[in-house]
This record gives sequence, C-alpha cells and structure tokens, in this order.
Amino acid sequence: MKLVKYIFFDLVRSRFVFFYFLLLLLFTGTFILLQDDVSKVQLSLLNIIILVVPLVSVIFATIHWYNSAEFIEVLLAQPVSRKRIFISEFVALSLAVGGAFILATGIPLLIFYPDAVSLLLMVGGFFLTIIFIALAFWSAVFTRDKAKGIGLSLVLWLYFSLIYDGLVLMLMFNFSDYPIDKIVVVLLSLNPVDVSRVMVLMKMEMSAMLGYSGAVFTDFLGSSVGLIYSIVLLIIWSIVPFFWALRKFSKKDL
Amino acid sequence: MLIRVQELSKSFRKLEVLKNVSVSFEANQCVAIIGPNGSGKTTFIKSVLGMVIPDSGEIIVSDKNIKNNFHYREAIGYMPQIGRYPENTTMGQLFSMIKDIRKHNGVSLDEELIESFHLPALYNKRMRTLSGGTRQKVSAALSFLFNPEILILDEPTAGLDPLSAEILKDKIQQERKKNKLILITSHIMNDLDELSSHVMYMLEGNLMFFKTMEELKAETGEERLGKAMAKLMKQQTN
Repeated sequence: MKLVKYIFFDLVRSRFVFFYFLLLLLFTGTFILLQDDVSKVQLSLLNIIILVVPLVSVIFATIHWYNSAEFIEVLLAQPVSRKRIFISEFVALSLAVGGAFILATGIPLLIFYPDAVSLLLMVGGFFLTIIFIALAFWSAVFTRDKAKGIGLSLVLWLYFSLIYDGLVLMLMFNFSDYPIDKIVVVLLSLNPVDVSRVMVLMKMEMSAMLGYSGAVFTDFLGSSVGLIYSIVLLIIWSIVPFFWALRKFSKKDL
Repeated sequence: MLIRVQELSKSFRKLEVLKNVSVSFEANQCVAIIGPNGSGKTTFIKSVLGMVIPDSGEIIVSDKNIKNNFHYREAIGYMPQIGRYPENTTMGQLFSMIKDIRKHNGVSLDEELIESFHLPALYNKRMRTLSGGTRQKVSAALSFLFNPEILILDEPTAGLDPLSAEILKDKIQQERKKNKLILITSHIMNDLDELSSHVMYMLEGNLMFFKTMEELKAETGEERLGKAMAKLMKQQTN
C-alpha cells in the first residue's frame, strides 16, 4: 500500500483538508467551551456532524476523483492493477478526511467527555465519512462529466440528509392508522445518516430527540441489539457503493 | 513481434471509433500514428495501454494477451498528452513515488532526461506550481525512466520549448537505436519526418495504411512527409 501513503500525504497538505479540520475544530471548541451540559454539547455536535461530515466528504471526494483523472491515467500506464489504484484512492481519502474529523472532533470530545456517547459520535462520524466517499466515487465513476458528477453527489447528500426524512415523515403521517412500525425501521435502515443519528441518540437515552422513527427503532430492537444492528448497517452502507463503483471502474473506458 | 493488434473494434455508444484494426509492430521501429482529430488514434493507443477496453479483437504485447492483465505494462513507457499530477506533491516525491510503485528489479534506471531537462533543481517545487511545459518534461522523463522496450508518446513535443523539444527528439532517436519500439502521435509533420521509420495512417476508425517512410515517399514522389501525406489525403477525397 505504498500508493496510499503518497496519495494520503498529498491530501493532507491540501488547503481543503486543512480548512475542514479548522472548521470542525471551531465547532467542537465553541460547543465544549460555551455549554457546560454534556448532553447538550454532544447533541449540538451530532446535529453538525450528520450535516457537515457527509457534505464535505461527498463533495471533496468527487472533486478529488475528477481532478485525479489524468494522474490515474499515468498510474494506469504503470504495471499496476485498476483495483489497487481504486482501493488506494479510497483508503487515502478516508484516512485524510476521516483523520481530520477524528483529530478535530473525536479526540477533543473524548478528552473532555470520555463516555460511550462521545465514542459513538466518533464512530458514526467516521462511518459517514467513508460512506459518503464511497457514494462520491460511485457518482464520479458513473458520470463522465465533472459538473454532472458533482451535481449527482450533491443530490445524494440532499436526499439522505433532508429529503428522505421528509418522505418518511409524510408516509408516517398519512398511514398513522396502520401498523407501520416495521416498515419505518426498514426505511430508517435504508438511510445511513438516520442510522448514525439513531445509533448515537439511543445511547443518549433522549427519547424525545429520537422522533417517532427512532423510538420505534429502539422499541423494536432494544438498545444493545440496536447498536450492533446499526454498526452492521453502516458497514454494509460502506461496502455496497464501494464495490459497485469498483466493479464499474474495473471495466470502464478512461 | 512486440505488439500485435488483431481485428480491434471499439464503439462509444453508437459511434464506431475503431473498425477492425489489425497491425503489428516490431522492435527498432518508430511508428508515426497520423490521422485527423477523431480518427481513433488516441483510442487505439489507450486500447494498447489497457485504458480502453475493446469490444472485440485481441491485443498481444510481448507475447502476452493484455486482456485482464496488467503486468505487461512493465514493458511500456507512456507519455500522456496532458500530464497532471497530485498538486501538493513535490517533483522529487513524484519521482520516488513512481519508482516505488513500479517494481524495477534489475532494470537500470534511465535518468538521462531528468538531467538534460535540469529537473533536479526543481525537486522541491510542488507540482501545482509548475508550468504546463515543465510538467510535460516530467511526463517525458517518467516515460523513459524504466528503460521500457516500448515507448508510447502522445503529442510529445506539443507544449515544449524548441530547445527541450530538440532534447526529447534526440533522446527518441537514441532509444530507437537501442532496438526499441516507439509509437508517436503528433500533428507536427516535421518532427515525425525526422523521427519515424513507419507511418500508420488512420481515418474515421479505419487503418488506411501502414508503410515504411521510404515506401510512402517513393509512392507519392515527395521528399517531405507533410507533402506526401497531403498528396495522399487529396487522392482519397477525390
């Protein structure tokens, strides 16, 4: 994995990753300093993380992929397999963007409030980073045009972060007379952003913040099974778009 | 035979870019691949490099079928038309990176171009800060670095200043004498005239002909490649 090392060091020195790190550090710092209630800090950070982390990851990874197109051609002219190039790009990005998140948010949080919720926040945020990098690669591999690729990435983010919840809410509102609990759990599982949010909120025992879907989720699974279930879901959510994109990339004309 | 291409066809959607192209190249040839824009030159080169996956046909490089194989590229050095590299990596790091990932057991490195382009003086510069011409020099130096049997150069002199272009052309001639195969695409007929031993002419995805320079000049009765090509193209349109 020599390739990972070189791509990683290139990314770490980019201004984008540095500003992302500063931005997250600013959020974490202000929340920790201005609020003295643990759960308030964690809740504020959760709301920021599930919005900012996926957005930055998906946009940065998409732009990075298109900007690397010519360099990937140079690499492909070397005796190196496509699979290795793809995996190296993915791992290097995950380490750089995810590393910035862990250093700026995860570690300070764990130092000030070393509890399970802080740990889950870190794990959830890191998973969201990986998942949205995988989704970014997916949209970049499936669209040749840079503008379309970035557009598709933005749509994916909008869909998972904002539109999806609205749709679920509408469904629950219209079918509230029917037993739709199981359907709601399934729907929740289909959105990685919701899965990470519920995973953290379950541990915080803040049923008021869980919302209807989260409450159903906790009721249905109980918090310890729910935790394992969420982690498994997040792993599946990282793997599926990644391998789908890898398969497409292996057969793509460049 | 170093490269054998058999009945190679490729379409992008409905557009047929390569139509049943068959051709063979041997060592000690310098082949000029000529054709108007969109004639399939780049697709042909990219197929040999494994970047474009053919619809049908076979490509054999050094007796190895390149399908689902990447080791054969150990024998190839490629200089792309536009070279873009990781922006925050310095030139020195870029060279060590490529050396690192390309296992070159036993092969002595050829750093002649790095020296004659005076690249070591720029080793601390980040790739983002370099001009297009300098990056072109880096691409050239990288393609010759591993002493490959086959060199594929896509518009090698396009962005270079006259002095550097001369250095590169000298290097190309020198390598050919070492029994290598060199494929060049270019629109600069004078350069090709100096360098090449063979001409491969492509038009709308068809291989129109593959001839030695002497044959071509004798047939057309012209001294210069540019004139000879112009004459042939005129005949074809009539």
